[in-house]
Amino acid sequence: MGTDRVATFEAELEGVSTVHRTAAADFEETLAGAIVEPAVGTDIPTEDVSLADTPVETAPSPADVLAAETGVTPAGLGVANYGTITLPASEEPREVVSLYCTRHVAVLAESDLVADMPAAYDRLSEDFAAGTDTQILATGPSSTADMGELLRGVHGPHETHVVVVTDR
Amino acid sequence: MSSRRDRADDLRELMESEGEAIGGNTQLINQLTAENVGSFDRYEELREEARATKEAAIENLPDLIDRLEEAVSANGGQLHVAQDAADANRIIEEILDERGAEKLVKSKSMTTEELEVNDHLEPDYEVVETDLGEYVIQVADETPSHMIGPAMHKSAADIADLFNDAFDLEEPLSDDPAELTEFARERVGEHILDADAGMTGANFVVAESGSIMLVTNEGNARKTAVTPDTHIAVTGVEKVVPTVSDLQPFTELIARTGTGQDITSYVSLLSPPVDTPIPDFEADEFRPAEERDFHLVLVDNGRMAMREDEDLRETLYCIRCGACNNACANFQSLGGHGFGGETYTGGIGTGWEAGVHEMEGAGEMSELCTGCSRCVPKCPVKIDIPWINTVVQDRTNRDAEPGDFDFLVDGLTPDEEPSGLDLQKRFFGNIETVAKLGSLAPGLANALADTSLADWLLERFVGVDERRDLPEFAGETLREWYGARGPRVDDPDREVVLYPDLYTEYFEPERGKAAVRALEALGVRVRIPEVPESGRAPLSQGMVATAREQAERVHGALVGHVDDGRDVVIIEPSDLAMFRSDYEHLLPERSHERLAEHSYDVMEYIYGLLENGADADALAGPAGEGEGRGDERVAYHSHCQQRTLGVERYTTAVLEELGYELRESDVECCGMAGSFGYKSEYYEVSMDVGKRLRADLGDVAGEELVASGTSCRTQLDALYDRAATHPVELVAPETGSR
Repeated sequence: MGTDRVATFEAELEGVSTVHRTAAADFEETLAGAIVEPAVGTDIPTEDVSLADTPVETAPSPADVLAAETGVTPAGLGVANYGTITLPASEEPREVVSLYCTRHVAVLAESDLVADMPAAYDRLSEDFAAGTDTQILATGPSSTADMGELLRGVHGPHETHVVVVTDR
Repeated sequence: MSSRRDRADDLRELMESEGEAIGGNTQLINQLTAENVGSFDRYEELREEARATKEAAIENLPDLIDRLEEAVSANGGQLHVAQDAADANRIIEEILDERGAEKLVKSKSMTTEELEVNDHLEPDYEVVETDLGEYVIQVADETPSHMIGPAMHKSAADIADLFNDAFDLEEPLSDDPAELTEFARERVGEHILDADAGMTGANFVVAESGSIMLVTNEGNARKTAVTPDTHIAVTGVEKVVPTVSDLQPFTELIARTGTGQDITSYVSLLSPPVDTPIPDFEADEFRPAEERDFHLVLVDNGRMAMREDEDLRETLYCIRCGACNNACANFQSLGGHGFGGETYTGGIGTGWEAGVHEMEGAGEMSELCTGCSRCVPKCPVKIDIPWINTVVQDRTNRDAEPGDFDFLVDGLTPDEEPSGLDLQKRFFGNIETVAKLGSLAPGLANALADTSLADWLLERFVGVDERRDLPEFAGETLREWYGARGPRVDDPDREVVLYPDLYTEYFEPERGKAAVRALEALGVRVRIPEVPESGRAPLSQGMVATAREQAERVHGALVGHVDDGRDVVIIEPSDLAMFRSDYEHLLPERSHERLAEHSYDVMEYIYGLLENGADADALAGPAGEGEGRGDERVAYHSHCQQRTLGVERYTTAVLEELGYELRESDVECCGMAGSFGYKSEYYEVSMDVGKRLRADLGDVAGEELVASGTSCRTQLDALYDRAATHPVELVAPETGSR
C-alpha cells in the first residue's frame, strides 16, 4: 500500500518535479544527488535524518538564501494523487528558504504521504486546530503563463525535488 | 440609432485590438478545463459540496464574521470590516501610516481593483503589483480584462512594445515570452525585497482559525505575504467559510475550472501573523516573527445587501475562477474590456457589478449574455449565471425613462413591462405578436419585409440589422396543416403533445411536419393544441414579468394534457430549456416540476421509443431510404442549451443508429442566439463568434448540414450560404402525401 502511494506520487510529479526515494541511512548520499551548491536549509525533523553532515548551510542569513542555488526544507505531508507536498513554517526561515532559492528540495517521510485531498485535509484541520499557522500546498515549481506561454520559476523556485525517506 | 452605432464601433475596435489574444487564450483554457473536468470523476460530487458550503456560509455570515474576528485577534492580528470603498481605503492608509510604510507590494486581487486601492494610494505611496499579468496592466495603466488573467488580452508582442516604451532599456526586449517573463520577474522581485508592506487578497477566509487561503501559480503571493513585516489582506465578506476542512472541495475545484490544472503550484493556508522570521535583506538578518503585523480588511461594499437580495445572492457563492468568462462565446470575441463593467467581467461579473457598482454598467454587460447557458456546467459552485444576467436586464429595463416612440408600440404589445423599455427589446420580446400579425397575410408580410423601406424602418426603430435576412413566413402554419390533415394513428399506445414553438409554427412548419411523421411512424398519436410562446422571447430581453405571464399561460395550456398522461415533445431546444430549467424561476415549484418531468426533446423522445422496442426501420435512414434523402455524412451542430441539459447525445445516438456518419461541432454558442445576432449593435460580434463555428465545422461539401436550434440554423445559413436542416427531418419517413 505504502509503496503504491509513493508510485502514485511519483507518477503525478513526472515531468514536473523529481522524486528521490531513499532509506534514512542513505539520506546524505541521496541528498547530495538532489542539491546544487551553494545550498542552504533548515533542520529536518524526520527521525535519523539530518543535514549536519551535508554541505547544506543550516543557519543562513537572508543574503545566503539569495545567493544559494538550493534550499532544503522539510515537508509536512505529501498528497499522493496530486503530487502535492505541504510546507509548514516554523520559527526557522523555512518559508524563505523554500521560496527564494532556484531549486527547492523538500524532505518527506513516507509515513506522512496520504492518499488524497480529503485525507490531507483531515491532517491539516488537526494541524491548524493545534496552532500551526502555515501550510503551503506546493505542487511542482512556480509558474506563469502571463506572457503568452507556460514558464517555470516565477518568483518561486524553478526546479523542485522531493526526497522521500521510505523507512520513516 | 446613433448610440447603437457607437456601441457597434466600440465593440469592433475591441475585437480588432484584443480579440485575437483573448480568443486564443480563453479557448485554450476551455480545452484544458474540459479535458481535466472530463477525467475527474468527483467533479459533480465536489460541486454539490462546494455549493452547500457557500449556501450555508452566506446564510450564517454575520455569525461567521464574529467568530472570525475572535480568531484573528487570538492569532495576534486585527480584523476590520469596511462598509464601502472609501472606508476600506481609509483603513488601509491608516495601517500604512501607522507602520511608517512607503512602499507597498501587492499580489493580484480583484477586490482591491474594485476599491481602486492603487489610485487611492499612489499619490503618497509606491505601489507595485507583483503578479506578472497585473504588473503588465499596471505598466500599461489599464484595467484587468479577465478575473484570473488580467493581461489576457495582450500578446507577447504587445507586452514587448509596452515594456520597450515604458522603460529606458539598453537592449530592447524581443517578443520571446521567456525573456519578457524574466525581465518582469526581476524588476518585480527587487521591489519585493525592499517593500515595507505586502497586500494580498484572500480566496477564502476561515472563521474558526482566522486562516486565509491564497491560490496562485507564481510565488508572488507567498513572497508578498511573508517578506515585509506588515501583511494586509483585503477581501470581500463573502469569502468566509466556517472551518479549514470546508476548503477541501474548493482546493480540488478552483484550478480545474479556472485554468485546467489539477491544482495550482501553490495553495497557501496562512493564519497570520505567521511564525516565520522576517528577512531583512538590507541588514542581512532575520528579525523575530513577533514584529509581524497583520490586518484583515473585510469589505462589504454592497455585499450584505446582495445577501438580502434573493436574485443576486448566488453571486456571493462565486469563487472567482473565471470559468464563466472563458465559456462565454461573446467574451471570447470581446474580452473583459468589452464585456466588463467597472471592475468585473463576463458571466458572473454582471452580478458583481450590479451588487457593488452602478446598475448602468451591469445592464450593458447583461445584454451581451445571450442566455446560451454554456457557463452553467462550468461553474464550480453551480451558480445560475444566465438567470442573474436576466434579472439585471429586467432591472435595467425598469429603470429606463419613457421614450418618444412608446405610443407606437404600447397599443400593440400585450406585455407586462413598464413604458420606457427599449423599443428593440420590446420588439424581440413580443415577437409572437409580430409573427401572428405577419402570418395573417404571409405573402404580403414577406413582400414587405423584403423591401428596403422595411429594412430601414426595422433598423431605425428596433435595431434589426439590415445585413440579416429576416425569417420568411410560411404560407401555412403547422397547426393549420395539421388541422386539415388530422392524426394518422388509430388505437395508439402513446399519445403526445407536440409543442408548436413560434418558429416551427409560423416560419418552419416543415420540421414540425417531420416530427409528426417520425412520431407517427413509431406508433405515437400526436396532438398539436394551441399553446402560447414559451416566454423565451421576452426572457431573452430581460422582460421577466412578461415571461412569467407567458409561462403561466403555457402551463395552463399543457397541464391538462400532462394530467391525461400525454408527454410534451419539443423541437426547439431553447424552449425545452425553458420548460426544464428556466420555468423554475417563473412558475410555482410543483408546476415547474410537473412540466419539466414530462417534457422531452423530440430526438430524445425518439431515442426513448427506440430503446423501448419501437422499430427503427420505420424511420428514414441514409441515402436510398427515402426520396430526396441527403448524403450519409452529416455535419452536426447541436445547441448550447441542449448541451447544457445533456440531451444532445440522443440526437447523435439516433442518427448513428440509423446509419449516418456523423461529426459534431462543439464550439461555444454560434453567436446568433435568437435575437442577439439580429440587433445591429451586436451583428458584427455575432458574425465574429460565428467564424469560430465555421472554423470548427470546416468544409461541409458533400455533407448534410444539420443543426437543432433555429438560431444556430440561421447562423449556419449565413456562414455557409446554405440551408441547414433539423435532425428530425433526417429521420422522418416521407409519406408521399400530406
